[in-house]
Amino acid sequence: MATLIQATEVSKVYHKTTVPVNALNGVTLRIEEGEFTAIVGPSGCGKTTLLNILGGLDHPTQGKVEIDGTDITTMKDSDLIDFRLHTIGFVFQAYNLIPVLTAKENIEFIMLLQKKSKKEREIRAIELLTRMGMVDKANQRPGELSGGQQQRVAVARALASNPRFILADEPTANLDSTSASNLLDLMAEINREQKATFVFSTHDQRVMDKARRLVTLRDGAIISDITR
Amino acid sequence: MYFLLAWRNIWRNKRRSLITILSITFAVLLACVMRSMQLGSYARMIDNSVRFYTGYIQIHKQGYWNDKVIDNSFEYDALLQKKVSHLQGLKLDVPRLESFALASFQSQTKGTLVMGVDPDKENELTRVKEKIVQGTFIKSDDDGILLAQGLAEYLNAQVGDTLTLISQGYHGANAAGLFPVRGIARFPLPFQNNQLIYMALPKAQWFYAAPGLVTSVSLLINKPDNTDRVVAQLKSEIDAKVYEVMGWKELVPDLLQSIELDNISGKVMLWVLYLVIGFGMFGTYLMMTAERKYEFGVMMAVGMQRLRLQAVIFLEISMMTTVGVLTGIILSLPILTYFHFHPIHYGKEAAKAIESFGVEAVYPFSLDPVIFTNQAYAIFIMAIVLSAYPLWTIYKMNPVESMRS
Repeated sequence: MATLIQATEVSKVYHKTTVPVNALNGVTLRIEEGEFTAIVGPSGCGKTTLLNILGGLDHPTQGKVEIDGTDITTMKDSDLIDFRLHTIGFVFQAYNLIPVLTAKENIEFIMLLQKKSKKEREIRAIELLTRMGMVDKANQRPGELSGGQQQRVAVARALASNPRFILADEPTANLDSTSASNLLDLMAEINREQKATFVFSTHDQRVMDKARRLVTLRDGAIISDITR
Repeated sequence: MYFLLAWRNIWRNKRRSLITILSITFAVLLACVMRSMQLGSYARMIDNSVRFYTGYIQIHKQGYWNDKVIDNSFEYDALLQKKVSHLQGLKLDVPRLESFALASFQSQTKGTLVMGVDPDKENELTRVKEKIVQGTFIKSDDDGILLAQGLAEYLNAQVGDTLTLISQGYHGANAAGLFPVRGIARFPLPFQNNQLIYMALPKAQWFYAAPGLVTSVSLLINKPDNTDRVVAQLKSEIDAKVYEVMGWKELVPDLLQSIELDNISGKVMLWVLYLVIGFGMFGTYLMMTAERKYEFGVMMAVGMQRLRLQAVIFLEISMMTTVGVLTGIILSLPILTYFHFHPIHYGKEAAKAIESFGVEAVYPFSLDPVIFTNQAYAIFIMAIVLSAYPLWTIYKMNPVESMRS
C-alpha cells in the first residue's frame, strides 16, 4: 500500500513560562493508506501533540511531516487550512459540532467550505446520516442529541469532505461503553468497506482492541509499534 | 448558510443579544429625539431670525453692508427682478429702502430708522401686522407711517398725530416731510422698538429723493438649507461687481455662532451617549469572543479560513447593529412626527421671557432625514471599530491553543 503519512524525526518543544517541555522527541512514523491505527499511551505522552502535527494543526519544532508526499510543515497558514479542508477529516473528543446548526447542516457545513453545490451537499449529508443511522435526527441540533449521536454526526462531518484520512483525538473518551462500542464498530466498518484511513489517539482499551496497528508513545517517543 | 449561521449565533445567547440590541435601540431613540429637538429649535431660531428682519438672502449694492448709507442704494430694475424671480425655491422678494431720519413731534425729537417697504410683502416676511397694538398697518400708496411703540411713547405720539421727519436724501438732497401716524406696533427687540418707522416704499423714495431705488432686497426661500445654493446661483447670474449677495449666515453671524456652539454641546452629549453604549457593545463582543474561542478553533481546524470566520462574525455584529438601529429609528419616528406637528409649548412665564426676545415660545421637533441617518452611521461606525477586537482575535488565533482553552 502507498504511504499516506510520513513523519520524520518530529520533535515538539513547548515553552510553558520559561521551562521548556519536550512533548515529542524525534518521532518517525509512517502510515499507509487504509490503516486503522491507534496511537496510545498514558496522559501527557504526546498523543494529541502528534495528532495535531500530523493534521497540520500545529508545527513541529524539528522534523517534517509529509502527506501524500507534500511537506505540510513548510506550508503557509491559509494553505494549510485549505489542505486540511480537502485532505483531513477531524473527530474531536468533545464532538465539537457547531451548536446552532442541525446535524445535517453540520455535515453540509464542511462541504459548503469546499464550495460544493447545495444539491450535492444535501445528497451527501443525507447519505452520510443514513450510513450513521442518524437520518431521523437530521434536523436536530447538537444540544438535542446524546453524546454518542453527536460523535456519529462528527464522524459523518469528518467523512463529508471525502478526506484522505481521518484523525480522531480520543473519540470515545466522553462516551458510555455502548455508544463507544457502536461508534468503533461503525468506524471499523467504514475503514473496511471504504478503505478510509483512521488514526486515533486514545488510552481507551476498547479502541486499542479494535485497532489493527498500535503505536505506543511514552515521554514523547515511540516505544512500540505493533501491527496485528 | 453563513447568513443562517450568523443569525442563529446571535440568538444562542438570547438575553445578552437582546440587551445589546435594546441598548443600541435606546441609544438611537434617545439620540434621534435629542438631535430632532436641537435641529428643530435651530430651524425655528433661523426662521424667527430671518423673518424678523433679514430674510434668508439679501441683495445690496456692492459695499452697502459695510457702509450702510443711502448713497449705496441701487435700482431694483426689471432685469434684476426677472433674475430673482427665476431663482429655484424663491417664495418672496422684499425690497426695502432704509435710512436714518430725525423724527420730531411737538417738543420731542429722536433719531429713527426709516424703512420704506412694500407693505404686503413686508408683512409676509416679518408678520409686522401681528405686532400692531394700535391703529392699522400702512398701505402701498400710503403717505402715512407705522411707529414702533417705544418710539411713539418717547415722542408722546398717538395714531392720527403727524410727525416731522428730517434727513439727508440720496446724494445729499434735503429730505423733510410730514407723516401722519397710521399705527403703532410693538417690536420685541429694544433697538427696533425704540427707533423703527415703517413707510410705504414709494413714499420713502420720494422722501429720500431716491426714485426707483432700494438699499436691499430680502429673499424668502422654501428650504433654508438651500440658502448657500441659491446664493451661489444668484451670484453667478448677476454682476458681482455691482451687487453683493449675502446668505443668512453672513447677515446674522451671531446666530450662526450661537447655533454652532449649542450644536457642539449637543454633539458632546451624543458622543457621551455613544461612548456608554459603545462600552456595552464592546462587552458583548468581548464575551462572545471569549466564549467561542474553542468553537472558532474547531472551525479553523476543520478547514474554515480565518477571513471567512471573520466575515461570519462581522455579519453577526452587523445584523445585531442593524436590528438595534432600525428598531430605534422605527420607535423614534412616531414620537418625532407627533412633536413635529404638535410642538411643545413653553409655560406662561417661560413663554413670556422667550417671546420678549422675539422668538416663538415653542419647541418644535425636526424630521430632517439626517437625524436618522447620522445616528445609523455613528452606531455602525462604532460597531465596525469595536468589531476589530473579535476580528483581530481570530486573525491571531492558533486553533490548537484555542481548542486547548
